Amino acid sequence: MTQLVLEQALNGLQFGLMLFLLAAGLTLVFGIMDCINLAHGSLYMVGAYFVAAAAQAADSFWIGLGAGVAGAAVLGLVLELSLFRQLYRRDHLSQVLATFGLILIANEAVRMIWGAQPLLLNPPEALSGPVEIGNFFYPAYRLVIIAFGLGVAGLLYLVVARSRVGMWVRAGAANREMTEALGVNVQGLFTAVFVFGAALCALAGGLLGPLLAVQIGMGESVLILAFVVIIIGGIGSIRGALVGSLIVGTVDTLGRALLPTLLRAALPADAAATLGPALASILIYLLMAAILFFRPQGLFPARA
Amino acid sequence: MPLRLTALAAALMLAGSVHAADRIKVGFVSTLSGPGAGLGVDIRDGFNLAIKQLDGKLGGLPAEVIVADDQQSPDVAKQAVDKFLKKDKVDFMTGIVFSNIMLAVGPTVFENQTFYISANAGPSQYAGEQCNPFFFNVAWQNDNLHEAVGKVVQDKGYKNVVIVTPNYPGGKDAVSGFKRYYAPKEAPSGGKGKVAEEIYTKLGQLDYAAELAQIRSIKPDALFFFLPGGMGINFVKQFVAAGLSRDTQLFAPGFSADEDVIKAVGAPMMGMFNSSHWAHDMDNAENRRFVADFQKEYGRMPSLYASQGYDAAFMMDAGVRGVKGKVEDKAALKKALEAKNFKSVRGDFKFNSNHYPVQNYYLRVIGKDSSGRITNRLMGTIFTNHADAYVAQCKMK
Amino acid sequence: MAFYRPARYQKPLVIVLLLALLVLPPALDAWGQAFYIGFATRVLIFALAASSLNLVLGFGGMFSLGHAAFFGAGAYVAAICMDNGISDALLALPLAMTVAGLLALVVGAISLRTRGVYFIMITLAFAQMTYYLFVSARVLGGDDGLPLAGRMTLGGLSLSSDGALFYSALGCLALVMTFLGRLAGARFGRTIQAIRDNEARMEALGYPVFRYRLVCFVLGGALAGLAGALLANLTGLASPNLLQWTQSGTLLVMVIIGGVGYLYGGVIGALVLLCLEEVLAGFTLHWHIGLGLLLIAIVLFAPRGVAALFGKSDG
Repeated sequence: MTQLVLEQALNGLQFGLMLFLLAAGLTLVFGIMDCINLAHGSLYMVGAYFVAAAAQAADSFWIGLGAGVAGAAVLGLVLELSLFRQLYRRDHLSQVLATFGLILIANEAVRMIWGAQPLLLNPPEALSGPVEIGNFFYPAYRLVIIAFGLGVAGLLYLVVARSRVGMWVRAGAANREMTEALGVNVQGLFTAVFVFGAALCALAGGLLGPLLAVQIGMGESVLILAFVVIIIGGIGSIRGALVGSLIVGTVDTLGRALLPTLLRAALPADAAATLGPALASILIYLLMAAILFFRPQGLFPARA
Repeated sequence: MPLRLTALAAALMLAGSVHAADRIKVGFVSTLSGPGAGLGVDIRDGFNLAIKQLDGKLGGLPAEVIVADDQQSPDVAKQAVDKFLKKDKVDFMTGIVFSNIMLAVGPTVFENQTFYISANAGPSQYAGEQCNPFFFNVAWQNDNLHEAVGKVVQDKGYKNVVIVTPNYPGGKDAVSGFKRYYAPKEAPSGGKGKVAEEIYTKLGQLDYAAELAQIRSIKPDALFFFLPGGMGINFVKQFVAAGLSRDTQLFAPGFSADEDVIKAVGAPMMGMFNSSHWAHDMDNAENRRFVADFQKEYGRMPSLYASQGYDAAFMMDAGVRGVKGKVEDKAALKKALEAKNFKSVRGDFKFNSNHYPVQNYYLRVIGKDSSGRITNRLMGTIFTNHADAYVAQCKMK
Repeated sequence: MAFYRPARYQKPLVIVLLLALLVLPPALDAWGQAFYIGFATRVLIFALAASSLNLVLGFGGMFSLGHAAFFGAGAYVAAICMDNGISDALLALPLAMTVAGLLALVVGAISLRTRGVYFIMITLAFAQMTYYLFVSARVLGGDDGLPLAGRMTLGGLSLSSDGALFYSALGCLALVMTFLGRLAGARFGRTIQAIRDNEARMEALGYPVFRYRLVCFVLGGALAGLAGALLANLTGLASPNLLQWTQSGTLLVMVIIGGVGYLYGGVIGALVLLCLEEVLAGFTLHWHIGLGLLLIAIVLFAPRGVAALFGKSDG
């Protein structure tokens, strides 16, 4: 039983940290530029495809990961300069429409280039087995993902809380006009934030690729979770994104794991198997509603 | 001649798009995207190879194959099927991979009196009570390959078995098939085996962390899983990554142990037993030709799905030849199809009264072949001339 | 945005279109394109759904990303009715509208207390919740949805012929558009548009803003439910796909293409989008790219939608 709970807790941590990679970029774009980017999930998908394609070409997971993330950063730069710059001044409706169009283009472009079948992405040979700590087994690869997630979280903390750039970012999230008035190059800041967000998406996509599948439309489902995370955490706050994603990741994973066990005591096997994950998913939204009821701006709102 | 053409042209103009009986139209709806895409693509490629070998003809008439992707959604499949039946007015339909989709579109196809030659989906519903003269399955009934595995697991004396399958009609058929032959009697090694747990996953699910943790807590000595396509690939990879492969022997029907999964997972699959009605190393002229041409055409080894698509095309060919191109004569076409006047790549088989095959099922094991490639090897026969368990409930003559 | 005022040539144009639609099924039949009657019915149904969203978004100014929940709920109610012996559309359609309306009441009562991006997100969350609830219920068919055993009957008339369903959908759409047209010009319509334009002023003037918005939201939801029930009849399946946020997105796209806040914005948008889909899909499998580029182009160059290009309103 301890193995079960511990394993699931680690799984929740892993899932939460990957969500954080997505939510961090999204919350900054949303918080500083006030731009709804529905295509954030598409950046995740395209990033994963870049990593998978590069990994296949170079026959190495790590090279693929590096190349894929770099490629996604470049794509992010292109998108920001060409399209998103125009979208910042627009209303939310236009942003939704344009980024929805981007989702369509991204899905179709991926289909054209790589075909309709999912791409194969395998973890590095050395990490495809379990790690043994006494009696406790856990997949090595998932531990590496957790390490990456914690690493990025630590890096972001250092940058955002301790550096000048981070200060500009926080200022921009709190009050864009004032920051501009104080002479900070907000335009360049926007670009940097967007590109960084795209890179984080690609990192998450590439790391999760071996666990899930690199396929068309993989971004749509995870996008909603990312939005829930930043609403819970507070738009514009990295700390909120981290706390929110850990909450969402743990609730979802533990819910998926434990609810069926609890329900199976009362219901037949297949009913419990469907109700469990469904209830766990709704749980997250109920959680969001509850948090918004007490803290309408989220847990750590960036805006004063 | 000119008079006949003019008459034909006049008839066409008056009656709008009257279906001209000078070509055979096939509506091919399959899962060509998403985790299940590998199966649909294989069936399609096998089917197209057969058409190519038949010089683009079915029964001597030029064949037109229209392909649509159902995206593993009954909604999308229905729309595609509607279009094929009402707009393109196809003569045959085929291609569907998943049984839930088959059950969703079946009624529309049968109502339209169009023959459906299934190259994969073989739901128990259409083998028993809801059997229909317009439905033929050239592959197997869903339960069959699982029944074969059940017998193997029983014979090998495993006592503590866990079943993992998706929660959809095909998955339910897998469980009933397996349990029909596993643990109904005492195992030869003494003591009764039992199914410790039936774990149902979501169709299309890719992350099995929760299920694997559950399996670990049960500590089974054998695990039977039915997870076609991408689902199986992920499951096996994660199963091995979690260290569970040391204590638990994996069993699967051929669906989860064929070329697509082997290519993705590789060495960790070695030694896995699986059941199948076909193997690429079967020794008959048709199969040798099929495997060689498939490799030449597509650069990969065919899976059992490809063999089914291939056979489906030859079955349509035989049917059309049997009615000499008059596919409008549904009664005659039905008889021609039932006669099964073609040589299948898996050897000889017959159709039962419910239009499902009666055939042998074999044991395969994954290992290295003579060129060091990891692939399936034919090991022995599990069932001979095996019929499905539902035929008695079918009231068709 | 100023109040909606119909262009002078709108009424005759609509009458001409209506007459054309009345003769469409027999015309298609004669040309041997009977398959397209089903397509035309689909356009009508989505025109209705998009118009219901236009009421909420265009006239009410409420950016809801959860409208698909009501659309899908209507479809499921229709399927459940068929399953339980209620095959008369005269009973089932109002029932679908009521259930969808009630759902909208619950969602709206909670969501309308929020503003801006939070409103968008909460409506999205509610749509997802509805989706998961419907998908998890085995009795509702789970992932595969709930099939309808056949088409309904309208009073005594069976709807199983494509033509009959087409005319029923046309009738519903015509009724709804007339209703919406009246509504837009009536006090309610002008109030709701005024709230859209300047909420603070309306509050200061003493209008119960929340109540007006809620009524508008519920109306939109009920009409979406009607469209959903009709769609279930057309396709023979209540699919959970109808409840997904991407479906909300599609409806939103239709409204925006057609023209937000113009009476026929939803109709035009649905027509353009579905026809584009049908035409382009014939040319290339990758027509979605064209659509995506079109959407971006609209945002950048014609932000008020297609209807605005015809100058159908002043301001």
